[in-house]
Amino acid sequence: MSASADRLVTMANQIGRFFTPQRGADPASAIADHLEKFWDPRMRAAIMAHLAAGGAGLDGPVREAVGRLKKAKVPEKGLSA
Amino acid sequence: MSLVHEIDYGTPVSKSAETVKLTIDGNEVMVPAGTSIMRAAMDAGIQVPKLCATDSVDAFGSCRLCLVEIAGRPGTPASCTTPVAAGMVVSTQTERLKQVRKGVMELYISDHPLDCLTCAANGDCELQDMAGAVGLRDVRYGYAGKNHLKLEKDESNPYFTFDASKCIVCSRCVRACEEVQGTFALTIQGRGFDSKVSAGMLSDNFLSSECVSCGACVQACPTATLSEKSLIDIGQPEHSVVTTCAYCGVGCSFKAELRGEELVRMVPYKEGKANHGHSCVKGRFAWGYANHKERILNPMIRESIDQPWREVSWEVAIDRVASEFKRLQSKHGRLAIGGITSSRCTNEETYLVQKLVRGGFGNNNVDTCARVCHSPTGYGLKATFGTSAGTQDFDSVDQADVILIVGANPTDAHPVFASRMKKRLRAGAKLIVIDPRRTDIVRMPHIEAQYHLPLRPGTNAAILNALAHVIVTEGLANEAFVRDFCDLDAFEHWASFVSEPQNSPETVGSMAGVSPEAIRGAARLYATGGNGAIYYGLGVTEHSQGTTAVMALANLAMATGNLGRQGVGVNPLRGQNNVQGACDMGSFPHELTGYRHISDDATRTMFEKLWGVPLDNEPGLRIPNMFDAAIDGTFRGIYVQGEDILQSDPNTVHVKKALAAMECVVVQDLFLNETANYAHVFLPGSTFLEKDGTFTNAERRINRVRKVMTPKNGMADWEITLAIAKAMGFEMPYNHPSEIMDEIAALTPTFAGVSYDLLDKEGSVQWPCNEKAPTGTPIMHIGGFARGKGNFMITEYVATDEKVGPRFPLLLTTGRILSQYNVGAQTRRTDNVVWHAEDVLEIHPHDAEERGVRDGDWVKLDSRAGGTALHARITDRVAPGVVYTTFHHPETQANVVTTEFSDWATNCPEYKVTAVQVSPSNGPSDWQKDYAEQAEQSRRIATKIAAE
Ligand code: SF4
Ligand code: SF4
Ligand code: SF4
Ligand code: FES
Repeated sequence: MSASADRLVTMANQIGRFFTPQRGADPASAIADHLEKFWDPRMRAAIMAHLAAGGAGLDGPVREAVGRLKKAKVPEKGLSA
Repeated sequence: MSLVHEIDYGTPVSKSAETVKLTIDGNEVMVPAGTSIMRAAMDAGIQVPKLCATDSVDAFGSCRLCLVEIAGRPGTPASCTTPVAAGMVVSTQTERLKQVRKGVMELYISDHPLDCLTCAANGDCELQDMAGAVGLRDVRYGYAGKNHLKLEKDESNPYFTFDASKCIVCSRCVRACEEVQGTFALTIQGRGFDSKVSAGMLSDNFLSSECVSCGACVQACPTATLSEKSLIDIGQPEHSVVTTCAYCGVGCSFKAELRGEELVRMVPYKEGKANHGHSCVKGRFAWGYANHKERILNPMIRESIDQPWREVSWEVAIDRVASEFKRLQSKHGRLAIGGITSSRCTNEETYLVQKLVRGGFGNNNVDTCARVCHSPTGYGLKATFGTSAGTQDFDSVDQADVILIVGANPTDAHPVFASRMKKRLRAGAKLIVIDPRRTDIVRMPHIEAQYHLPLRPGTNAAILNALAHVIVTEGLANEAFVRDFCDLDAFEHWASFVSEPQNSPETVGSMAGVSPEAIRGAARLYATGGNGAIYYGLGVTEHSQGTTAVMALANLAMATGNLGRQGVGVNPLRGQNNVQGACDMGSFPHELTGYRHISDDATRTMFEKLWGVPLDNEPGLRIPNMFDAAIDGTFRGIYVQGEDILQSDPNTVHVKKALAAMECVVVQDLFLNETANYAHVFLPGSTFLEKDGTFTNAERRINRVRKVMTPKNGMADWEITLAIAKAMGFEMPYNHPSEIMDEIAALTPTFAGVSYDLLDKEGSVQWPCNEKAPTGTPIMHIGGFARGKGNFMITEYVATDEKVGPRFPLLLTTGRILSQYNVGAQTRRTDNVVWHAEDVLEIHPHDAEERGVRDGDWVKLDSRAGGTALHARITDRVAPGVVYTTFHHPETQANVVTTEFSDWATNCPEYKVTAVQVSPSNGPSDWQKDYAEQAEQSRRIATKIAAE
């Protein structure tokens, strides 16, 4: 895992730990919504790529949330890590 | 232009709703009951001679100059201490009164140096005025008798002198220090002829005393005894401009008093709605940085950061910025650049920077330094109440019965508001402080907190849940409020969550190092003690659970019904002057002005139409994400306005690496700050004295900043951003900042009614300011929450990943102190350094002894992120296991130690918790030495090369 993927996993799991005990809607959709609203496309692309590569370290609901992310609109060149 | 003269009514205003009618010198006057005769006379335009009274302090009745006659009453009572009564008939000028007053003045003058012509107060001296007012023509007593004329001056304070020979012992200064400032540094020593004003103990002078240099005594002094040194040096000002302090989030209004373009002094403005005429040492005195020799006044460029700077024209510098940014975008993509706005800049300037990034750069990579302080406030309060801001105005504290301070140190960081708070506490309000350190407010003259919960850093959410546990399980919740105004399902879910045993004071207390009884007592007091008001600071937000803790505070206020009226609320104390404004202005990468998400099509379309460009609907990078992306190589250029990210952001080594990886770093600032060591273009900025604009303080109050002098760098900051935009092909045509505000108002529902005309008329307004609230909204959520029903969030405690262990057994927490401001770039360049010349490490005696550290020793401070060295101060203010320092000095670089852990929702860094080790040291670390050398190299400026 690269240093930055490691950091993204930590951040995503932190988000997961907040939304998991919340009332109502399922945690994965709340987590996915948060990621879509606050993470820039390249960060979302990176965490999706990390999931595609096995998703080591991602907690259950977070893994589900990342799986549900719409493919981030990453324009033009130069945005791959 | 002329001097703004403010009327001195002699005694404070009476808040009584009842009115009383009386006659003064034949005029009928109607005033609130409890008003003094002196004030009622002033209301009728009649100035009764006075010396010991001034309207900032309660009347004392010592000078006997303000005597009046009242029909049907014997004697000549003092008008300052005698309240009005219905039907009273008062004469302020009779033969008898004239004689008495002349006699009084004669005595004063006979012991006063008659050097009026060369006195600093000449033209602004109440003693002189009163001699004139009473018609004093000769003094029968000579100087032969005993007098005070040879007394020595105390010049120890860097900003004002105390010339005892001119003192009339009216005690206005003593009362100002007690009543306005709440410091109790001054006393009148001795009796009768021997009585004199003394700072601290007899052996003290002003500097060594408890004095915090707020200036209240200087302002209250009717003579030249207490005078600003700048006034003595320059002379009386001839005009003044009302403006707003550019330091902290209190947003004090000042009169900048000048001669020509030379600033003589800054005097707090009584009409200022945030400060009501009070100030602190920073706003009042620490403005000398504006003329400091290190201020950079010419644009500079260089090809690489190991080269010296070259001074160039504005055109060359701006062209360089635009061509580099364009090059980086064409090579690395549209998202490869971004910008950072500053909470030190005006609303208009921050609005322009985000407009430049979104409209000119074509992406949303814009963020603001609020990221690293109050971003969790925005998220947390929006989720619970529906608005990303504090709920009250400052005046609300006057009605509070229980004040709960969490993770804030108002006497140091928000001094003028702290003085208001202290006044309320002295009047009997109860105090609860939740803070790892025993901050000053926990125990000070006439104030003692009922509860201080000295929790372990990082356990806020747990402690707040424990308070909630007590409130719910002991049946102290305000069910009627919850039923009427909150989402009932959410409340029930939350109530059952906080009732769980892991949230009990017993469980939490042992983990957080706080006694369960204290938690229970504090919870009961907050819930049942009357109006409960929460004030919190960065000690809440700067944690991996910052947002969670903000929500936990909101939950507490909702559960106890402490919202929607005077005296209650949830109030973030904002660090820098315009944190609130920077957030409001759309500085966050995911939202436009007024906290509307960039993906919201209707909002975005409105901006697109007005700006004439398409906008990206995806959120951009936040500051820490920018650093990560820079190291990954996808982020190559940055425009940083008024912010020193290298010194202020956590994990300095990481930030350095990120800055060094970028190809074009543009810094706009007053000085070559630490970030500028890694910059390729330096654009000299202007000070708050040199521009027009607005700041929004912690109570959502929009205050005007008015241009006092021409920008020394040739361009105001907003004009620089316009020039960059133009060079990048994105025109932003404005002639004056008022036009920028008009655009903000047109695009932002909460600002719809705001204009410079309105601000000039009202003085200031608090948003929301629109059709529904044409003159603003002092208190939010009256009769219902902005989001509809108040929303209780589950705030489960999750311990930070930053844990102590054998290598790093202590917890470091950081903060600020009164005399310095943030990274210190301004205050370090003033005489404020006499109070704080360096950052020191506070350590408990037990931890110090274990390590063989003595007070004043050099110590090494190491974490897994890095290490630095500084002097130790041994104190039991911090608990065993906790150490504390400030981050005002680049020599220390406290942030080399802090880590990249951050808040889950907002990435606000966890400054307040770092596992560290402390060990004896001989002096600065190698890292500090290398850093200092690199900084020196980087600040070289080659002789000016003709660029034209
Ligand atoms: S400057 Fe402020 S703190 Fe110092 S003596 Fe005067 S009123 Fe008191
Ligand atoms: S220093 Fe000024 S305010 Fe204080 S007692 Fe003397 S004259 Fe009055
Ligand atoms: S620093 Fe804050 S409290 Fe002090 S004068 Fe300025 S705004 Fe007021
Ligand atoms: S002003 Fe009233 S006694 Fe001095």
